[in-house]
Amino acid sequence: MGSASWNLLRFYTILVYLFMFTPIVVVMLLSFNSSQFGAFPMEGFSFRWFVALWENDAIVRAFQISLVLGGLTALISSTLGVLASLALVRYDFPGKQSLTTLLIAPILVPEVVLAVALLLFLRWLEVHKSFTLLLLGHVIFTLPFVILVVQARLVGIKREYEEAAQSLGASPIQTFFQVTLPLLLPAVFAGFLFAFTISFDDITGTLFWKPGGVETVPTQIFAMLRNSISPEINALGTVMIIVTVALPLLGAAIARRMSSRS
Amino acid sequence: MATQADRESIRPWLLMSPALVSVTLLLVIPVMFIVVYSFWLRTATGAEQVGFYLDNWQEVLTDRFYRDILFSTLRIAAITTIVCALLGYVPAYFIARSKTRYKAILLLLLMLPFWISYIIRTMSWINILGVSGGLNIFLQSIGIIDEPLQLLYNEPSVILGLVHFLLPFMILNVYVAVDGIDENLTDAARSLGATGWQAFREVTLPLSLPGLAAGGLLCFVLSAGTYITPMVLGGPGNAMFANLVFDAIITQLNWPLGSAMSLVLLIVLGALVTVYNRFVGIGQLAKSFK
Repeated sequence: MGSASWNLLRFYTILVYLFMFTPIVVVMLLSFNSSQFGAFPMEGFSFRWFVALWENDAIVRAFQISLVLGGLTALISSTLGVLASLALVRYDFPGKQSLTTLLIAPILVPEVVLAVALLLFLRWLEVHKSFTLLLLGHVIFTLPFVILVVQARLVGIKREYEEAAQSLGASPIQTFFQVTLPLLLPAVFAGFLFAFTISFDDITGTLFWKPGGVETVPTQIFAMLRNSISPEINALGTVMIIVTVALPLLGAAIARRMSSRS
Repeated sequence: MATQADRESIRPWLLMSPALVSVTLLLVIPVMFIVVYSFWLRTATGAEQVGFYLDNWQEVLTDRFYRDILFSTLRIAAITTIVCALLGYVPAYFIARSKTRYKAILLLLLMLPFWISYIIRTMSWINILGVSGGLNIFLQSIGIIDEPLQLLYNEPSVILGLVHFLLPFMILNVYVAVDGIDENLTDAARSLGATGWQAFREVTLPLSLPGLAAGGLLCFVLSAGTYITPMVLGGPGNAMFANLVFDAIITQLNWPLGSAMSLVLLIVLGALVTVYNRFVGIGQLAKSFK
């Protein structure tokens, strides 16, 4: 390809990236604006909106709920997901293709439909809107993502290591804990962080499942938007971006260290 | 006593059973339940009448109000998908064929939006397009306009928000497809006398179509099922079909009607996924996780 047309493609790519990132950069920029109103022009640099967040009980509570919900979701979802991925990658059995489709079905069904079905079914079973319902909902729609990520990582781990351990006399349980699990850890970790991030960021299902008075950070932002955009919302957005972007980056760094050591 | 082979064949089922039980109890049965529920009736007193009534289905399928909103939802989803394809193909191609060290940075940046909450990415446009947003302030300061323009709360701003949300899905899927095409194929086409553009049109573009289809499916299904974007960036007249579901379930508490509407959405989008699976295969979607 000629360098002129290649430059044109580069220019196009830069424009598209600007489109993707300008609004996000603006959110972060405005959250440091010292002016009364959450808008341009920037009047000065200040942390006052972050202090305001810290002093706002509703927001602190939303953060606590989001963290606990995300942590529990990630724990359950990555446990279920890792076990299922092991079965799908390591074993051959009849009906594997359709079971794989069934396990990733929660992302093929629109989240609104999943939310309505789960809400109404559990309500019929007398399980009303509660933290438990939120947790079950988050587990079911993060599970396919965990399975897809962990499966992709598992394919890269050679079976020979396990076979070697077993031929040297290790029991299947010993092999799992001493050989498979350490090799698997980066994949488990990736699945865990992925589930946490998806749960922490979710709003579509959460608005259906959350009990009155309980807010996660995204639903809190949504409720605050009813009034109009404020510098506090931008600051809250900035904190969320930092949490959800820093975590996977941290996770990737740790995973790289773990795999370089082994 | 179970033999070694027996235990070996049971093991995958044991490993899968917690996930399978969860999906069955929390997805399969609930969806079957709302199928049954959609034939029940909500009486004027708010009580539910168990039975086999077609009223909800009749209302959703024949009332012009629902049909118009269903069509406008599909239109918005289609426009969003096409705009995503037009905006996303070139960057995906550029990243895949780039040989510089910026390739890794561009890929990392492409992953960032997936980690940033949908609600933040949606509301971020208020800072730009709002009455006191960046664009209005800028246009006023250079004297092009005197009064701020009302740029938000209309259909274009809903589509803009959806495109911004879904573009990374499109770029990622097309990137995976283009990256998987052997460059020797285009070189071969060139050496046989094709121009760069011809080689692209005859070789690269057709081979990247599965990725484009995967990205397109995600864009379409995710935009057709949203209710957050219209609530944040749309006006009163921009409700999409999922907004009707949300209203029926959360505001009016008419659960049988909400069930029927959810199923209409599921059937329409499910048909699309089935057609896609028939021609491209669900496996293409999984490739972007590798």
